[in-house]
Amino acid sequence: MRFAVIVFPGSNCDVDMFHAIKDELGQEVDYVWHDTDSLEAFDAILLPGGFSYGDYLRTGAIARFSKVMKEVVKAAEAGKPILGVCNGFQILLEMGLLPGAMRRNESLSFICKPVELMVENNETWFTTDYQQGETITIPVAHGEGNYYCDEETLARLKANKQIVFTYQHNPNGSLADIAGIVNEAGNVLGMMPHPERAVDELLGSADGLKMFQSIVKAWREAYVVNA
Amino acid sequence: MYKVKVYVTLRESVLDPQGKAVTHSLHSLNYPEVADVRIGKYMELTIEKSTREINEVVNEICTNLLANPVIEDYRYEIEECVAL
Repeated sequence: MRFAVIVFPGSNCDVDMFHAIKDELGQEVDYVWHDTDSLEAFDAILLPGGFSYGDYLRTGAIARFSKVMKEVVKAAEAGKPILGVCNGFQILLEMGLLPGAMRRNESLSFICKPVELMVENNETWFTTDYQQGETITIPVAHGEGNYYCDEETLARLKANKQIVFTYQHNPNGSLADIAGIVNEAGNVLGMMPHPERAVDELLGSADGLKMFQSIVKAWREAYVVNA
Repeated sequence: MYKVKVYVTLRESVLDPQGKAVTHSLHSLNYPEVADVRIGKYMELTIEKSTREINEVVNEICTNLLANPVIEDYRYEIEECVAL
C-alpha cells in the first residue's frame, strides 16, 4: 500500500507522519509537494499537522486552494482513505470535505499534551483495530481545535455515527467533546490529536499505530484478492 | 479604482473566546459598563475597475476566502477613488 504525505509551506508534522508509515507501519510512503497535479499513484492520502501558510487569515484557509487539493477531492470521491491530522483536519473543514469549523481554544492557550480519547465508532476505514468504546492515549498540539458546527449538522453527525473520537476530558471547548469526525461516505477522517506521534511505546504511547494498521487492513479487504 | 473595506466577525451564535477574555480584562480595569466585546478582522482591498459589477466581485471574494460562512459574517464598504 502506498501513502502520500502532502507537504505545504509550513507543514511541520510531515516527517513524523512519514516515519510512522515507513518505519513503524512498514508501508511505502512519499512526500508530495502541494503543487503536484496527480495523486493517482497513491492508495491513501495523509494531510499532516503544522501551520500551512503561517495560518494566515484562518487555519487551513489558504492551503485549501493549493493545486494538490483538487486531486485530494478527486481521491476522496474515488473512495480512497484520506486522513487529516490537526492542521490537516482544519484544511479538510475549510474545503468542506468535512462539515464544521475550528475556533480558538476556549482557554486561548496552545495545548500540547497527551489526551485520552474514546473510540466512538470502530467501523470506519481508520478504526477497525480499536474496540468500540476503547480509551486510547494520543497527544494533541494545537491552538485552534475548538470544533464548532450548527445543531442540525451535529444531529446529522450523531445520526450517521460520523463522530469517531471524543475527548474524555475536553481540553479545548470542542462541541460535544468532538476530537475527530469522518465524512458520510466514511473515507475522509479529520482529527485534532496526532496518531503519528503515538506509534511507539518509546514515545509514550503506541495507540496511534492501530489507526494506520486499520487503514492497511481495510485497504487489503477492499482491494487485495484473497486478503 | 475602488478601495474596499471588509469587516469579518464571528457570527452572533458563535462564542468568541478572545472577545470574552478582553471583556473580562476590561472589567478588571474597572469598566463594568462594557457588556460585551466581539473581535474580528479588518481588511482593505484595492480593486481595479473591470467589466464585472464590484459588489459581485467583493461578495465572491468574501465567501470564497476572506470569511468562513460556517462561523463568520462579513460586511463591507466600497469607496471609489482615483488611481494613483
